Amino acid sequence: MIAIRFEHVSKSYPRYGHLLAGLKFSLLRFSETFRAFKRDRFMALNDVSFEVKPGESLGLIGPNGSGKSTTLALIAGVLRPQVGNIEIRGRVSPLLELGAGFHPELTGRENIFLNGILLGLTRREILSKQDEIIAFSELEPFLDQPVRTYSSGMVARLGFSVAAHLDPEILLIDEVLSVGDLKFQAKCRQKLDDFKRRQVTIVLVSHSLGEVRGFCSRVVWLKSGQIVADGAPDAVVPLYEKAMA
Amino acid sequence: MTSVRAGNRLRAKVWRRTRLREARWPGVPVTSSGDTGYHIDMRLPTAREREYLKDLVVVLTQKEIQLRYKNSWLGYVWSVANPLMFAILYFVAFKTFMRIDIPRYSLFLIAGLFPWQWFANSISAAPNIFLGNATLLKKVRFPRNALVTPTVLNDGIHFLCSIPVLVLFLFVYGSRPAWSWLIGIPLLAVGQFLLLYGFALTIASLNLFFRDLERLTTLVVTFLFFLTPVVYSESMVPAQYRAIVYLNPAAPIILSWRNLFLVGDLNWPLIAAGFAHAGVILAVGAAVYRKLCWKFAEVV
Repeated sequence: MIAIRFEHVSKSYPRYGHLLAGLKFSLLRFSETFRAFKRDRFMALNDVSFEVKPGESLGLIGPNGSGKSTTLALIAGVLRPQVGNIEIRGRVSPLLELGAGFHPELTGRENIFLNGILLGLTRREILSKQDEIIAFSELEPFLDQPVRTYSSGMVARLGFSVAAHLDPEILLIDEVLSVGDLKFQAKCRQKLDDFKRRQVTIVLVSHSLGEVRGFCSRVVWLKSGQIVADGAPDAVVPLYEKAMA
Repeated sequence: MTSVRAGNRLRAKVWRRTRLREARWPGVPVTSSGDTGYHIDMRLPTAREREYLKDLVVVLTQKEIQLRYKNSWLGYVWSVANPLMFAILYFVAFKTFMRIDIPRYSLFLIAGLFPWQWFANSISAAPNIFLGNATLLKKVRFPRNALVTPTVLNDGIHFLCSIPVLVLFLFVYGSRPAWSWLIGIPLLAVGQFLLLYGFALTIASLNLFFRDLERLTTLVVTFLFFLTPVVYSESMVPAQYRAIVYLNPAAPIILSWRNLFLVGDLNWPLIAAGFAHAGVILAVGAAVYRKLCWKFAEVV
């Protein structure tokens, strides 16, 4: 059984700068733009293969631009690889960064609906989970206020509360573990440990090595789109620390 | 899982055909990725997916409508006041000053301006549909075209809510709504929705790649306005230019609305022309969207 399988996955981005420079440039120098477009690609992932078993919590580490976020996007299914095969088994839920998918003018309650539906729940499912979500967020007294009046910690709490009740089979986390105050952070940790116990597969991207070490059961170190090391946190993280120092 | 796999195999075929030319790593098989192709999936959606799609559109439309009424005491009034203000402006310019020879000119203006407002608002909002949801496109997999419907539907609902004002004007001029409205309004609303959906899908997708399109759109909307017989009647267009009216994608449907509102008349050739435009633009929109939707997350 596997949850995620990458087989020789390569992903390159064209440098859209040529196009984004504007219509005028692209049209006036069409052949030039076109050739540059074909030639000049940025390799975000280069022949990457790995497998993640259900219930594993995988940490992705590496410097900026090493392909971590691209890997997450490929797992989430918003990107397609140029080459290679990706197999995903299970419902994927991304944990969005602070307040993405929220609208500041809508109330907390309305935003729970909006966010829930954007993350893949039907209205019936949200209705049945609404009370749980509200209770978890501890934001009951503010729920009928527009989200723009919330503090950033409160927004994060609401966001995490929705995401935590998606019943994911594969959870993607991009640098969003430290939300809210200490008490709420502890609660988040508890929820994530709960997910781990329930055999939810977790993929975590983080620059906080302590977090990765404490939370993940396995770590993949990426550099310029290739895997440098793949193994237990206690083996890989020190190597990475040494290389970065 | 088997149905997903069958879908994947189908997709892989299509994918391979389009992608093989670009593969620079010889010997490595080019196949589609796993469970990722929801919006261009060729298998039929399951009951849950159908329910989800419906809910997605309903919730997003609700959001658009809620947003219009937040922080605004006069939400409904504004959606009517705007075309009315322009009606007054055009009345002064064309009737009072330029002495245009059209009876019941204020009614004539409103009957064209209300549906035009729907058209113009949706098209002007289109460039920002995908651009304004960048974080979502980058992180979450959901059928992206579901973002287009609420924008068009929102303006459409406001247009339908402005029809009572038009009825009021009709009564002032001593006429009344015709029974043909019962067929005409839903029919034309569907036609205009399809037309605008096609337009918005095309513009929203392309604007991610060519950001200049936003400026261009504003310009084109103004052009189309004066090429569409809203402030003048189609009979005033000299015969040799009349083809332009039919080639203008906005004109047939707007004229159909005006015919319906003013004389309760369903002009079938005109309505057919409107639907023909809608069909063509929908096909263009679908093709553009299908071609580009996988690149959205790369460029936003």
